[in-house]
Amino acid sequence: MRAARVLLRPVGFAGFGLLTLVLLAAAFGPVLWGGRAAAVDTGNLLAGPSAEHWIGTDNLGRDLFARVLVAARLSILLAVAATAISLLLGILLGAAPMLLGRRLGRLVTSAVNVLVAFPGLLLVLFFAVVFGVGARGAVLAVGVAGAPAFARLCHTLMAAVSERDYIAVARIAGVSRIRVLLRHVLPNVAEPLVVNATMAAGGVLLTFAGLSFLGLGVQAPSYDWGKLMQDGLNGIYVHPLAALGPGIAVVLAGLAFNLTGEAFAAMFGLGDSPGRSRSLEEPREPVAATPAVPGTVLSVEGLRVTIPGPAGPIRAVRGVTFSVSDGEAVGVVGESGSGKSLTALALAGLIEPPVRVEAGHLVVAGEDLMAAGAHRRLGTSLAIVFQDPMTSFNPAHRVGPQLAEVSRFHQRIGRRAALARAVDRLRAVRIREPERRARQYPFEFSGGMRQRAMIGMGLMGDPRLIIADEPTTALDVTVQRQVLELLAEVRRDTGAALLLISHDVSVVTDVCDRVLVMYAGRVVEELPAKDLRTLARHPYTRALVAAVPDMDTDLSRPLAVIPGLPADPVHVPAGCAFAPRCPLADDHCRAVAPALVAGVACHKATEVPV
Amino acid sequence: MSTLSFHDVRVRYGSHTVLDDVSLEVADGQTVGLVGESGCGKSTLARAAVGLAPLTGGQILLDGRPVPNRGRRPVQMVFQDPYSSLDPRMTVGESLAEAMPERLGRTARQAEIARLLALVHLDAARAADLPVRLSGGQRQRVALARALAARPQVILADEITSALDVSVQGAVLNLIRDMRRDLGLSMLFISHNLAVVRYVADQVAVLHNGQIVEFGPTAQVLGAPRHDYTRHLLAALPGAVPLKEQM
Repeated sequence: MRAARVLLRPVGFAGFGLLTLVLLAAAFGPVLWGGRAAAVDTGNLLAGPSAEHWIGTDNLGRDLFARVLVAARLSILLAVAATAISLLLGILLGAAPMLLGRRLGRLVTSAVNVLVAFPGLLLVLFFAVVFGVGARGAVLAVGVAGAPAFARLCHTLMAAVSERDYIAVARIAGVSRIRVLLRHVLPNVAEPLVVNATMAAGGVLLTFAGLSFLGLGVQAPSYDWGKLMQDGLNGIYVHPLAALGPGIAVVLAGLAFNLTGEAFAAMFGLGDSPGRSRSLEEPREPVAATPAVPGTVLSVEGLRVTIPGPAGPIRAVRGVTFSVSDGEAVGVVGESGSGKSLTALALAGLIEPPVRVEAGHLVVAGEDLMAAGAHRRLGTSLAIVFQDPMTSFNPAHRVGPQLAEVSRFHQRIGRRAALARAVDRLRAVRIREPERRARQYPFEFSGGMRQRAMIGMGLMGDPRLIIADEPTTALDVTVQRQVLELLAEVRRDTGAALLLISHDVSVVTDVCDRVLVMYAGRVVEELPAKDLRTLARHPYTRALVAAVPDMDTDLSRPLAVIPGLPADPVHVPAGCAFAPRCPLADDHCRAVAPALVAGVACHKATEVPV
Repeated sequence: MSTLSFHDVRVRYGSHTVLDDVSLEVADGQTVGLVGESGCGKSTLARAAVGLAPLTGGQILLDGRPVPNRGRRPVQMVFQDPYSSLDPRMTVGESLAEAMPERLGRTARQAEIARLLALVHLDAARAADLPVRLSGGQRQRVALARALAARPQVILADEITSALDVSVQGAVLNLIRDMRRDLGLSMLFISHNLAVVRYVADQVAVLHNGQIVEFGPTAQVLGAPRHDYTRHLLAALPGAVPLKEQM
């Protein structure tokens, strides 16, 4: 249980423990010590600490320790009331764009932005004067002064939520604005609000103490901690504890609120969560080192990628063995969760702890990636193209220098020569006016152009292998074709091999010579690309191909579907991972995992009619 | 079910024209596929029909009357991303109940929820689950069921299969075809995937730079395209023509 785990950590334990004590004092203080705190002892005025009066007495001889305990109720009530006012006003102001429509909402938001710019204390003093001296005035002043910060927070949080489609859906369904706010928006922003309100309560407590100390807050005969501090200040050199006692109470209560807020944040997963720094506890299984297949640009045996997870290690890749010959184009297809992208990342040496990569050998362009420092020696023999071309470039740098950096780092050539090469490479990937484009930022490029520039970056060196992970998934079909043609052209010109990862069977068959089909972290079939549609033997491959409609699909029949759900990578079944969804599976399939033999990992491969 | 017609619809953001005098009719009981590249205005057309995008000109009529853009819309929309279109804090049943046109009693509501879930081939027990327990395909079915819960006259499906894995996509496409056959739904089916549109749509409209460049029966538009842009789209399909740089 996440809440229990948070409670047992020092922050949670201290926070909730302190808060419980403070709240108990607030609830029962006046009942238990009320009499003692009001008892006047004229024989003991302004006395110092003694066994009877732990932190001394005030100018009427009343016990200060009892008064500090009794003052807890008023201090906490004021702080909570003011925080509630801030929160409520903040929510109303923050929701203004949603409730009032765009134009009025913008006005409110601008006003809030102006108010946020004022120092908080200035606002508090201003409102304290407006609302008048006294406890009620102070609560209103602190509450109203805190509202802009909450309004800003609410506005940001709500703006993020109102972008979500379910808000649009609710509006289309005729749900009123207020109901959308109450049912859909507030529940989804509640967690950060609760955390912030708890922490703000600690700050508000301090502000109150300050106001009362200045004489603007609570007035005699009532008293809160600030008032007690003010009273004790006169004798600070004689009896320091009279002023420090209530001060310590403020610090403790403030800490209680702040630590509780931290604990809430951890519980809601906003801050540093207790489950994050998990590492793999299980020992590594020894993997026998094996030599690379000669004549290949990429050779991997028994590749395993394991991710630590809250419910146990996630075995994303479970023993993948294959090789890519010089100049060959190999495709990897599979659905999400099949481990194809993690395989690509592992081959590119881009996986870092706590995710664990194991392999008998993993050799790319002659460098053993399992050895230390291999990634640097790999240099420019490996080029990588990712799915999202927007995130693979640094948005703050111009495109040309980003390409040039590759050559400056790996080939140690000068700035000018590197930039000239960058322009030349941009031209090679068919970007028009490469000199001008090199000076532009990534956002000025279209998606297809960014993807070309990314390929251009790979060509800064002399790649022997290009790994492309879903390079066209984010692109339109017409642009996709241009990028695929570019990849084919680059292969022809440079003789580089290509490893193309895609969920799209037709893209892979278009570009590649050979295809690996992955399911639940394993290669289940390996076959020539041209045979994928007609000669596949694994039931999964056949189902995958049949499930995708193409321009020749029979319109009179329903599409083939794969029943059931993909294998859970935390609990992969002992036998064939596809068995629960396979029409041919028997007890043997469910008990024994099939090995990849003659291009297919299936006990029933011989029974499948081709 | 009814006819949804767009008449000279124009949507402009600042100086940027997204839709330029688009006229299109989704006839009673028909599924019209809308294809085009990203940014061509496909989604904007659907959003305009439910009042999520303001019209600069033209009108959108349902059986000859303007589509109301407040309150419960007689036109319902299903969105692309099944992870964004369900409120993570509401159970499947609550999401469906919210979309229902009238307030029902407890038992009647549960019966209606079970009926809707059965329509999209989901078990009635799913009503108590939060979206986090559902897979992408299951979520998209719930989203469809919720659109049906509002008893719409027309459904707008905006790229509803493009965020799904291919094996799940097939199941959702089959469902769309079943629903049209069993319920006689009128539907505007937006997709960038021509093969998917070919499989579900009776008619296809091709949108390019905010204008409809071709509209007609699916077999005719995709089989014998008349506009250059349609031909260009078809030629770009993987496998349509061998890559010219292939080794």
